[in-house]
Parts: sequence; structure tokens; C-alpha cells
Amino acid sequence: MLTGVSFRLSPGQGLVLRGANGLGKTTLLRTIAGLQPALSGRIEGAGERAGYASHADGIKPALTVAETLRFWADLYRTDLPEDVFELFDLADLRDRPAGTLSAGQGRRLGLARLAVIGREVLLLDEPTVSLDAFSVKRFATFLREHHLGRGGIAVIATHIDLGLDLPELELEPHRAAPEAQGGSDEAFL
Amino acid sequence: MSIWSYANPRKFLDTTAPWVPWLMWLSALVLAVGLVWGFFFTPEAERFGSSVKIIYLHVPSALMAINAWLMMLVASLIWLIRRHHVSALAARAAAPVGMVMTLIALITGAIWGQPMWGTWWAWDPRLTSFLILFLFYLGYIALWAAIPDPDGAADLTSVLCLVGSVFAILSRYAVNFWNQGLHQGASLSLDKQENVADVFWIPLLVCMAGFVLLFLALVLLRTGTEIRARRIEALRNRARRTGAVRA
Amino acid sequence: MKALLGRDLRLAVRAGGGFGLGLAFFLIVVVLVPFGVGPEAAILARIAPGILWVAALLAALLSLDRIFALDHEDGSLPLLATAPLPMEMLALAKALAHWITTGLPLVVAAPVLGVLLHLPGQAMPWLLLSLAIGTPALSLIGTFGAALTVGLRRGGLLLSLIVLPLYVPVLIFGAEAARRGAEGLPATTPLLLLAGIGLGCVALLPFATAAALRVTLR
Repeated sequence: MLTGVSFRLSPGQGLVLRGANGLGKTTLLRTIAGLQPALSGRIEGAGERAGYASHADGIKPALTVAETLRFWADLYRTDLPEDVFELFDLADLRDRPAGTLSAGQGRRLGLARLAVIGREVLLLDEPTVSLDAFSVKRFATFLREHHLGRGGIAVIATHIDLGLDLPELELEPHRAAPEAQGGSDEAFL
Repeated sequence: MSIWSYANPRKFLDTTAPWVPWLMWLSALVLAVGLVWGFFFTPEAERFGSSVKIIYLHVPSALMAINAWLMMLVASLIWLIRRHHVSALAARAAAPVGMVMTLIALITGAIWGQPMWGTWWAWDPRLTSFLILFLFYLGYIALWAAIPDPDGAADLTSVLCLVGSVFAILSRYAVNFWNQGLHQGASLSLDKQENVADVFWIPLLVCMAGFVLLFLALVLLRTGTEIRARRIEALRNRARRTGAVRA
Repeated sequence: MKALLGRDLRLAVRAGGGFGLGLAFFLIVVVLVPFGVGPEAAILARIAPGILWVAALLAALLSLDRIFALDHEDGSLPLLATAPLPMEMLALAKALAHWITTGLPLVVAAPVLGVLLHLPGQAMPWLLLSLAIGTPALSLIGTFGAALTVGLRRGGLLLSLIVLPLYVPVLIFGAEAARRGAEGLPATTPLLLLAGIGLGCVALLPFATAAALRVTLR
């Protein structure tokens, strides 16, 4: 879908991916996360250090907010930081089953996972969908102060302005020629 | 020039397509010779009467039922290791042929069993194994049909073929064990090949050759069809991407 | 792995988790059998080991499609796949969770249902042992089948079609051990063979399951 995309990020740097829907932002993030192989090229340094967040939050309705975050902390063998509930405005919802949360609250819970798993490289696919302006600001604060500010790296695909002053990468010029998008169809043409 | 150059779909198609009609005619000829020889020009076996002549269909189809699965196993391994599309499509093409062979073996077995054992069906180890093999073919074909993405389908069916092969062998031994457990040693199975005299054996060999040729012809034909269908799909996709869709 | 296992178990026992469905199904099938074959104690006792095994197998089959389907729908699967847990361990944890929520209750309930079918007392330990050894293999094989059919429409039916032939060896050795136990014959051989299959499944199937999951996640 995309070709000739190349970037290198140092600790503390973020990058915003821009481009029309269907261009391949999600594919690029999934490829960096190791969920699918790149047709060609190299990805270095991500792998075991990367945390991936798709548009779906993977929230289990039957688990409470606290249980959900505790699970991710256990799975990544990290300690559950106490301030995460404050940071994502979830303190009042701690013991609510996630199934009773609104869409925006659920999204906040999904994003709070990123603060729990302790990964240096965050790959975020449309993190602000269904968040209100206030929550977007909170999330931006988290990224700036708690992640990038502590030497983290973030690659974000988003349509809105997070107010973070991050460099942007416009993917439109990297759109692969239609003839080159065949994938495994190529062998039959 | 390595053998892998034929893994190119176009080259494979160009090379094999002219062979298919010849193979078809050759298999028809060999089968006609073998079957006529077997049916009309062999003496009747003293123990079995004329019903024995069904072996000319039964044994070769049973042989090909197993060989088709083996071919699928090899093709699946080639796909998983070398990712040649033709290999995956050949495995897909062979499955229905193998399934029909299994079915022929089962049906002719039942027809033969009726006069010989007085029953259409017995839970004899060999019969049961073939029934299980038939179920494996069904599952494999259904999985191919259910997955829309062709590469994903090839991967998943190959994994199923590998795991299925292990379990098919396990089932074979399990079934042997199970039936002995039921009738201490009183097996209904006839040990076919060892008792067969040359008069029967040679036309049987001819029939086996005919079935092998028929299998080759059908698999090549069906692989060609799969390649063409995949090519049509690829062309459609390209037309959609470049916005040049014509009715 | 412990975290994932704990989560799956917790989800299974909470509302809507479907815990106990397999057990209820097991009960119903076993209760229906006498209506089908008649109430004669001798006949029931004779077929009891086989019926209990087939019913346990079907009950285990019933809940297979839930193993990955829910995680696939809510998007957990890619998040789990990018976690520091190897995919093989993920497969193993899923199979273990399925066994604890489905297989283990079946093993515990089997003797009670055996009484309903007039299973002779001497057969009970053999039935229990064969189910205890055999049901983990059923869960592992089922997890593999579930991984093959994640996200497919009509995946449930396809799953049964793929998994049932794979269940044959386990069923044969398991039921054979229980039957020999019921008839007072030595049953160690089928039990050992069953254990061999079970260990083989533990050793190999997580890799096949993980391979299938990687493909479906692409």
C-alpha cells in the first residue's frame, strides 16, 4: 500500500502520520508492531519495546476498570502505577464493570492501558476517536509529560491536532502505484 | 534451469495445459484395457465368485485416496516453506479428487462387502479408517472454501493438512486397536494383495496405472482452473485499484 | 501466562461467560440417552462408558468457538499478540482456561451421571482417569481448530467439521479404557496411549495454534 516510507526516531521524539483514510496508516502501524510482515524493508528497535493500540480497545464488559488495568500490568509484568486512574480521569470508575462505560470512558480505559504496559515505543492508531475535547487534552498531556518527556517514542496516526507540536509525516507521496499494490496477486498477472 | 521455475503460475499453466487432454485419453485407454481385462478375461476366483472383480475399481481408488492426501501434504509443505502459489493451488485442486476416490473406495467396498460378508458395512479397521479419511477431506475442503483471503486460506489449510496427517495416522492405529478390542482377532478384513495370483494381479496393476494417470490428469486440469480463477481475481483487483473497471 | 489464564477464568465465571453451559449440555445428553435406548439397566450399563465419553466430547466441542471469537470481536487479540507473551504460550493458556472451565467440570460430573446410566462401581476410577487424561487433549485440539476458524462467518459449524475427525483417536482410547475398566479387563494400555496422545498434543499443538493465529491476525 505504501512504499519508500522511512523514518528514525530517538528517545523523546514523536511522529504523527497523516494521510487519507485507506492509504495504509493502520497497515504501517501494524507492520511496525510486528502483526504482519512488510513486503520489503526493515524495522529496527520496535519489536519487544513496542506497545500497540488499535481503534478497538479490547475491553471485556465483565471486568471492572481496575481489573482490566491490573490484567495488562500483570501480562506485561509491570507494576500498576496508582496515578494512572487520575491521569485518565478514571478514579471514580475504578470498580465499574467496563461494560457499563460510555464510548468515551471506554476509550479512556483503552488508552490508560498504554500508561500501564511500560513500553518505550507506542504505536497509536487513531487514539482520540470518541474522546471529548477535554479528554483529548488530558491524553496529550499524558503523551507529552509521562511518555515523551520520559524518553518514550510515539508514532501516532491521527486526523486531529493533539497540540503536541510533533513532526508530521505526510504519507500521500508514499502511496504505492496501483500496479504495485497487488501483493500476492502479482504472481498471477 | 531448476524444477522450481515451474512454480511460476504462467509457466506451469503453459507447460501442463497441453498435457491434460493427452493424459485424459491415455488414462481412459489404460483404464479401459485394465477394466475389460479384469472384468471379462480373468477366471472367477473359487472362494469369491465374480464379485471379486470389483477389486479393479476398489483397490486403485483406495490407493489414490491415500496418495492424494500424501500429495496434498507434500504440496502444503512446499507452500509453507517456499511459498509457491502453484503448490498451494495444487493441494486445493487435489482435495476433491482425493475425496471422490475415498468415496469410490467406500462405495465399492460396500458393494463388495454385501455378498462377501453379508453386510453393506462393518466397522472393520480398514473401512473405518477410510471413513475418517473422508471426514478429513471434508474439513479440509470446507476450510478452503470458508476463508476469503487466498494466501491466508493457503496457510491455514496447509497447517490443517500437516496436523491432520498426524491425526489421520494416529486414527489408523487407534482404529486397529479399537476393533481388536471388540472382536479378539476376528477381523473381517481380507488380505488382498498377498492372496492374489498373477492372473488377477497384472490387470490390477494396469487399473492402478490408469487411476494414477486419471488422478494426474484431473489434478493438472483442476490446478490449471484454480490458477486461471486466481488470475481472473487478480486482474479484477487490479482493475478496481486502477479505477479501470469495465462491465 | 498466569495473568491471561486468570482473566479468562474470571471472564468465564462472570455473567454471560457461559461457564456451566457445557456441563448442562453434558447432563442433558446423558439424560436423553435412556429415553432413546430404553430404561433397561443392563443395556445402559453396557453403553454407559461410550455414551459418557461421546457426551463429554460434544460438551467440550460446544464452547470451542468462544475461545478466540470474543477476543477477536473486541480487538483484544492483536493487543494480546503484541504483548510480551509468546503466541505459543497464549495458545496454551487459552487451552488451559478452556479445560478448567469445561473439561474439569465434566470430569467431576461424570461419576454422578455414570450412576444414572448404571455404570458399575468398578468402572468409576477408570472413567474418571480416562476423562481426566483425555479432556486436556480435547481442549488443545479444539483450541487449534478455533484458531483456524477465528473470524470466519459460520465458523462454528466449520469448527465442528474440522475438530471432530481430530478427536477420533482420543475418543477411541478414552472410551476403550473406560469400557475395559467397566468389564473388569486390564485398561492400562489404552490409558497409556491416551496419555501419549495428550502429551503429544501439549508438546506440538500450541505451535500449530500459534502459527494459525499469526495467519489470522495478518
